[in-house]
Amino acid sequence: MSVHLRREIERLKEQVLALSATVEEAVWLAVRAVQEHDPALARAVLAGDRAIDEREVRVEEECLKILALHQPVASDLRFLVTVLKINNDLERIGDLAVNIAERAIHLAAREEAPTTFDFVGMATRTQEMLHTALDALVNVDPVRARDVCAMDDEVDAVNRGMYGQVQAGIREHPRQVDFYLQQLSISRQLERIADHATNIAEDVIYMSEGKVVRHHVEEFHAPEPPAAG
Amino acid sequence: MNATRPESRPTPPLAPRPQVADRPVADRPAAADAGAPPKISVRGLDFHYGRQQALFDNNLDIAANRVTAVIGPSGCGKSTHLRVYNRIYQLYRDQRAGGEVLLDGENLLSPSTDLIELRRKVGMIFQKPTPFPMSIHDNVAYGLKLHYRLGKGELAEAVEKALRGAALWDEVKDALDRPGTALSGGQQQRLCIARAIAVRPEVLLMDEPTSAIDPVATAKIEDLIEELKKDFTIVIVTHNMQQAARVSDHTAFFFEGRIVEFGATRQIFTKPVHRQTEDYITGRFG
Repeated sequence: MSVHLRREIERLKEQVLALSATVEEAVWLAVRAVQEHDPALARAVLAGDRAIDEREVRVEEECLKILALHQPVASDLRFLVTVLKINNDLERIGDLAVNIAERAIHLAAREEAPTTFDFVGMATRTQEMLHTALDALVNVDPVRARDVCAMDDEVDAVNRGMYGQVQAGIREHPRQVDFYLQQLSISRQLERIADHATNIAEDVIYMSEGKVVRHHVEEFHAPEPPAAG
Repeated sequence: MNATRPESRPTPPLAPRPQVADRPVADRPAAADAGAPPKISVRGLDFHYGRQQALFDNNLDIAANRVTAVIGPSGCGKSTHLRVYNRIYQLYRDQRAGGEVLLDGENLLSPSTDLIELRRKVGMIFQKPTPFPMSIHDNVAYGLKLHYRLGKGELAEAVEKALRGAALWDEVKDALDRPGTALSGGQQQRLCIARAIAVRPEVLLMDEPTSAIDPVATAKIEDLIEELKKDFTIVIVTHNMQQAARVSDHTAFFFEGRIVEFGATRQIFTKPVHRQTEDYITGRFG
């Protein structure tokens, strides 16, 4: 079983890495499209989403095949469960990149209004989180994964602050409502990308240590029975 | 074209709100076992085949009414360990065990242990089905006659109960006079289980009980194990990782005569503590 399973897992790793790279690039393109008011870049994100969806389906099929044929256990099982979950996160990040790209197309055709929204700062932090989470996945590095979880609060805070900024902007420039709502939307998409990056990081911790760290769930668990030996 | 509003569906009456007590309780073997005294406690068990030492300082607690799986590569001492529990090794020369094996607190390695009674209390199922060359009925009745004085009616009742307990009754009730050896492999193994449980043991030792039978028969035995643990404490040696994961509550991993790791099966198969366990169950060695 071992050689076949090893080969299958290596192939799956390659597929996940390819999907990760594609998704990371989609986010990067979407952010640049907003920053540079470039609808062409945004359209590239829209065009690329189909490939992300196809890769996601292939990864899932591969996971199900390995589970059915090899019934993996221990670290192999944790890897497969993690990939199944991360696969879903990556596909959702791809969709969020599409949403940002759509906002970029919309904004490129409109006049800008004064704003204090630190788009570049938030986008950079979000991309850093995604990149670190994927690095942690590749290197099975729970320390880097925990860094990602810590960064999430920062992005959440920026997004929360956006509501006040948008209210103030609309009050001062009531004819620019659409611009401010687009910005609020972009902020929300980035915040959700950061949440998915955090999910990925939490799953990497599970894969590496076998601990579920979501919702501080370990606090609710009864201790395992004492081992003899 | 105007979209038409979908017609409203009749609202079904609300089901009563489920009560917490109605819901199935999650599987919590760890908590269930935490306070219960072990059925068998192994302390500092060594075993020798002549000059060759096969087990080294084994320590293990077998929980009552649970299934404990013993896994490990060939020659690691799994079956040797199991054979100490009913001292069946004493049928062979030059085999000796040291240390303590406490069955309900009594050291079964003590010279004063009544071996006939011990083997009634601790039954054993072997790798290959071993029906006696006699009828199905007599196979099951054999041990009963040895240990109990029963009237004809009582004997028939006890035979039926054992065959039902081994999930074999429906298949053989009209052919109890047929030779046990005429049954299929899976049926023969269940006949051996019926023979073992007929004498009302407390512990059932199973040494690779499904390695010689097909997958359908294996599934029946595994279902049976789940049923049997309500009444018996079961220790099963298996080479089949999936089987250990499916049927057991606790798992002990043996390597070169030592117990490397022992814990809840779900922990061993999802998050083993020791690298050797991880490597073995994921097929990286062995």
